[in-house]
Amino acid sequence: MTIFSLPFIAKKPLDLPPIISVELIQITDKTNIPFAPKAQKIIEKVKKEEEKLVSEQAPPKKIKKIKPEAIPMPDQEIENIKKVEDKQNPEVDDNKVKQVSEFEKKEIFDPTDIAALIDKSKENLAETDIKSNKITQSQDKSMDLSGLTLSEEDALKAQIFGCWSIPLGLPYNENLLVRIKLKLKPDGTIIDSEILDHARMNKPGQNFYKVLAESALRAVQLCQPLRVPTTGYERWKDLQLNFDAREMLEG
Amino acid sequence: MKLIKILIIFFIITTKSFALIEVDITRGNLNPLPIAVSPLFADKDSNKNFSEELKIDNVGEQISEVVENNLKRTGLFNPLERKAFLQNPDLAHLKPRFEDWTLIKAQALVTGQVKFDNGKLRVEFRLWDVLAAKEMIALAFTTVPNNWRRVGHIISDKVYERLTGEKGYFDTRIIYVSEEGAKTARVKKLAIMDQDGFNTKYLTLGNELVLTPRFNPTSQMVTYLSYFKNLPRVYLLDIETGTQEVVGDFPGMTFAPRFSPDGKKIIMSFAKDGNSDIYTMDLENRIVEKITNHPSIDTSPSYSPDGKYICFNSDRSGYQQIYVMKSDGSNVKRISFGNGLYGTPVWSPRGDLIAFTKLHKGKFYIGVMRTDGTGERLLTENYYQEAPSWSPNGRVLIFYRETKSNSEGKGFSAKLWSIDLTGYNERQVITETDASDPSWSSLLTN
Repeated sequence: MTIFSLPFIAKKPLDLPPIISVELIQITDKTNIPFAPKAQKIIEKVKKEEEKLVSEQAPPKKIKKIKPEAIPMPDQEIENIKKVEDKQNPEVDDNKVKQVSEFEKKEIFDPTDIAALIDKSKENLAETDIKSNKITQSQDKSMDLSGLTLSEEDALKAQIFGCWSIPLGLPYNENLLVRIKLKLKPDGTIIDSEILDHARMNKPGQNFYKVLAESALRAVQLCQPLRVPTTGYERWKDLQLNFDAREMLEG
Repeated sequence: MKLIKILIIFFIITTKSFALIEVDITRGNLNPLPIAVSPLFADKDSNKNFSEELKIDNVGEQISEVVENNLKRTGLFNPLERKAFLQNPDLAHLKPRFEDWTLIKAQALVTGQVKFDNGKLRVEFRLWDVLAAKEMIALAFTTVPNNWRRVGHIISDKVYERLTGEKGYFDTRIIYVSEEGAKTARVKKLAIMDQDGFNTKYLTLGNELVLTPRFNPTSQMVTYLSYFKNLPRVYLLDIETGTQEVVGDFPGMTFAPRFSPDGKKIIMSFAKDGNSDIYTMDLENRIVEKITNHPSIDTSPSYSPDGKYICFNSDRSGYQQIYVMKSDGSNVKRISFGNGLYGTPVWSPRGDLIAFTKLHKGKFYIGVMRTDGTGERLLTENYYQEAPSWSPNGRVLIFYRETKSNSEGKGFSAKLWSIDLTGYNERQVITETDASDPSWSSLLTN
């Protein structure tokens, strides 16, 4: 508001030579007209007040520089993030581009450019997709130790959820866990499937387990080829699926 | 030393890289299992003999239809359309072409054949796992041709048991009170039918009012209540032989007898000296024993399947609620705490649940709760419905529902309905007449 109102305050004391010729001038948002001494004082006063206010809210702090050699451990990083979140007045990096006001946002937005914006967003999306799908050699190596990524696991789970018809006659107060070990081809088809607690199938009073195990095997057969990652065959060529019906039957 | 360290590190790295990936599957779908019931194959001679004897064409197809309908009514199976079948029944029974059955999305397949064998009906059937391409069970039965529907029920039970892990309930009967005529002048007869509504037989003539027939869980015996000289009298009826005997007259009877799980006792409630309590009677020596002794109204007792506990309802808290006690009457514990009135508790044959009727804000509900009173679930709501009775496997409840009549008494009807524990599979059980007070038998064959 000060930006818009100050030129009017400064209007009276303005002393300019009489205008002779008329020129069309492009009016910008801010004038370049020098302020009268009185107006200058007012502006300086307002600025000082604003500075004062800022200083009351958050005393500027020096951001610590991290040495490039000292790479923080993941736990440390989380702690650092938490620290920032916990503070009432978090440290702000002033170098970052900030949106100042709603007005500016409106000025930036051009309705004629919607198509272009959409197109751009598509491109961005495509780019990120490509990035996420690409698994570099180094990433691949690290995943040998950590199993499937969350998205890979979710994709596989979602596929099997749809294929597994849970037998409704199962007693819900029993152990309803069936572990199946699979040997897979790179395209997700099954070479071999094995029930890990096979002995339980023939135990007296465990007839339901056989039914449950068979339903799990049917699910796997029905779902194949399984939605496995396109890379890193070595890490998932042997896969164990733990089918647990208890949650479904109790819920 | 260094070498050992290196070896250890190498060992850790190599073992880690081959760690088996585990994925937990905790959800599935509850969609009915797609099953193909291929018509049972019968050769020309057999077909000819059966049609002469039974006056029906193609008994093999008829048996498969019984199986198909039974499985469909459970809500757990989706029998596929026969028109979609690619393989003929004769070949399918010998060796199914699993690709053909996979193509129509069948996960299980029933095949079989019927033969006319020295005046007897011989039925072979096989259940196949289509996806695993293997046989799951293969059985053969021989019986009199008239029993062909029962063969269908037995096959259904075997298929159901193999695929769900619990016993079936198809080879069973339902006894009920058949009702005819205007509401003010109902003729009530005792009737019995197969669980699918076929083979109805009337056991009484309708001269006397009959009420509340109850099956003995161990035999084909029922008790029922009738009025003799305006006094409630309890009868025992043997369904197989048709013989019946009087158990006794119970002038103040407030709830008709149910059998104990071993079938040796009956449990009931009647009012003596103006107070309703629970009593048992030993059917051998006819000794009556008082189980509860409380100034409140205690009625509708039902045994747990192990015979150790009894559930009943009582107004000792001020409102009619469900209670559980030991079978000797000790350790009485209230288990229902919801709003409304609770009645007719029945212990599930599985032992895990108690079914009940609930009246709340003018509506009747059939519901279930665990035996400690937790997990109350109301399965169905209506204008008037009551008297739930469990299927022998404890998965389905049968009850009756009445419709409202107008001021002239017209529009009234009473029908049997069944609902499974999911609460979604609610079906009317078709009876020849109006019907009430159903009781489900145990399995006729084990």
